[in-house]
Amino acid sequence: MAQGGSIVPFAGWRRLRLLGESPVRQALRSVGDRVVRLAEDVVGQDLDARIAGIRTHLNEVGHDPFGFDPETSRYALAVAALLHRRYFRTQVFGINRVPQDRVLIVANHSGQLPLDAVMIGSAMMLDADPPRFPRSMVETWTAELPFISTLYPRLGQVLGSPENARRLLRQEESLIVFPEGARGISKTYDQRYQLTDFGLGFMRLALETGTPIVPVAVIGGEEQYPSIADFKPLARLLKMPAFPVMPQMFFGMIAPLPTKYRLYFGEPFRFKGDPDDDDSAIEEKVWLVKSTIQSMVNRGLRERKGVFI
Amino acid sequence: MPNPETSDRHKPSARRGREPVRARPSARAPVARGVFGDGAVPQKQVEQAPQPEPTTGKRPKPATEGAVLVTGVCGRLGKLLVRELHRTDRVVGVDRRPFADRPKDIVHHQVDMRRKKMKDIFRGRDIRAVVHLGVLHDPRRSDRDRHSWNIVAFQKLLDYMAQYEVPKLVVLSGANVYGPQANNPQFLTEDAPLLGAQHFGGMRDLVELDMLAQSFFWKHPNTETVVLRPCHIVGRVHNAASNYLRLERPVQVMGFDPMMQLVHEKDVVHAIELALRPGVRGIFNIRGPGEMPLSHLIRKAGGRPRLVPSPLAKVALDQLWKLRLSNFPSQELDHLRYVCMVDDSRARTELGYEPAHSIDRVLRDVRRLRYQMA
Repeated sequence: MAQGGSIVPFAGWRRLRLLGESPVRQALRSVGDRVVRLAEDVVGQDLDARIAGIRTHLNEVGHDPFGFDPETSRYALAVAALLHRRYFRTQVFGINRVPQDRVLIVANHSGQLPLDAVMIGSAMMLDADPPRFPRSMVETWTAELPFISTLYPRLGQVLGSPENARRLLRQEESLIVFPEGARGISKTYDQRYQLTDFGLGFMRLALETGTPIVPVAVIGGEEQYPSIADFKPLARLLKMPAFPVMPQMFFGMIAPLPTKYRLYFGEPFRFKGDPDDDDSAIEEKVWLVKSTIQSMVNRGLRERKGVFI
Repeated sequence: MPNPETSDRHKPSARRGREPVRARPSARAPVARGVFGDGAVPQKQVEQAPQPEPTTGKRPKPATEGAVLVTGVCGRLGKLLVRELHRTDRVVGVDRRPFADRPKDIVHHQVDMRRKKMKDIFRGRDIRAVVHLGVLHDPRRSDRDRHSWNIVAFQKLLDYMAQYEVPKLVVLSGANVYGPQANNPQFLTEDAPLLGAQHFGGMRDLVELDMLAQSFFWKHPNTETVVLRPCHIVGRVHNAASNYLRLERPVQVMGFDPMMQLVHEKDVVHAIELALRPGVRGIFNIRGPGEMPLSHLIRKAGGRPRLVPSPLAKVALDQLWKLRLSNFPSQELDHLRYVCMVDDSRARTELGYEPAHSIDRVLRDVRRLRYQMA
């Protein structure tokens, strides 16, 4: 950011093209294209057509105001499709219950890394007809992380703030919300499939914008990264919400365990009421959603025969 | 206290009482002023109708009563504004700098706004509006200088305005007063808290200036106060945002690529003109032709981003700042990391503002200066 090229130290280095990113970009693109082709062969669906089917509200210069970039999302969808169909072999139930217009998809959160959001998103993109492009609300601290803060908006993820959610719902978009937030995702193994406290914000938002809420139960996420403890001092040091201790890491297994995912989409709730009501009144409605998801989770757990099959 | 005759003359009520009887043969601006209540009537339509040949011959006589006082008139934006304004209004410019190439019908006072002379400018003539552009942004100046210029001078200006009951104040603040924060919503509305000084002390007086204008809004309901908060103003102006986009290899913080808004300087001038219409008051965010990721903007402007990790960029920029090789304070790196974008729906509905310059035009104007310099 110095003025002019000549006084910047080592300005001549760029002639060596060490920092020139175009060959890197080209390499990345060719790898990405290969992944997309592989995924299309495996999944048997035209992923580019699915991406092209997304309706977003572009601004005057042809960009999504929240930073969604179809070019990057193509690769992400290819990876997600491979995870969805092959790695986690996801079974999806009741996806046609999701309304076509604005909708809040409320799910239980689990598994240390937000792969449950990826699975719900890829189910909406690959299994729903016509494809829906859901945006999920991510923790605000992710905006401080380099690379992640670039990647998330390009994939259509949005920082979790009420203003953002309101704006998107007014544009008739679908939002994935995990009202448990970081509390839910960093649960230890002994608390698996027990929903923690739900925030109230999503309900106020639904009441304010008249948005239906679709409850979703995610089964299989809790076993992908079993965590035995939360190492709090290190979490504080790294400014993370939690630092899970995952035994599989000691065996060098960085990838999640290939559990079988099951997604249950419930009947949409349509709540009516005052969005600025007392917490107690809102809590009743939230409790209804939470207990529905919990019972869907319990039913799903009863129905499954094993974690990996 | 001013003597009774002068102060009475300046009362808006007295002037408004005269308005219906006024016969206006030229009838250029005042007709517009009369009908412009709702903000729906575009200004151009009225301007074109009565006088088809304003380009040749004598310039039409200023038709309005009362002059528009523009502070900081010798800045790029001030010059652009008065060149538009002096066609329809009497314009009085105030700046410490000389205004050499000014249009002949503009009265320019080369004074320091903190001086007593400022009061004489108000006392001597009928001022119908004040546009405050005289804000010192130079990060190299000391805090004390900036405070005395931005705050003390502005307070004095507000005092005179209250004393002489000027009916209109337009203050150019900026979206920077919201500050780039990691937890900002994608679009900030006018109600968002002004946290610009939270991580960057240099913004403190600009936030305070905005606050002062807001408190003036409430304290003096007879004055229509308008605060404009445009996003990064670019064009052929020499400010941080334009200079940054002019670099061939601008530094981009590695791993961050926030969405960014730019607005053309002439669109801001147009917004100020709209804000000068009677009946308009309040705070308005001003946005340009659309938002784009920073990397796209740099490439579109003809540069190639130089990716530097954030801690390294901070240390390097601090050193360059100390050695006076760079004029960007390292705290401003936050602008390259986090979003600070505004929602201009209020300006569109209430002010009738619409950006006229496309993003290509905006970047072309930014670039043009680089080629001239080269």
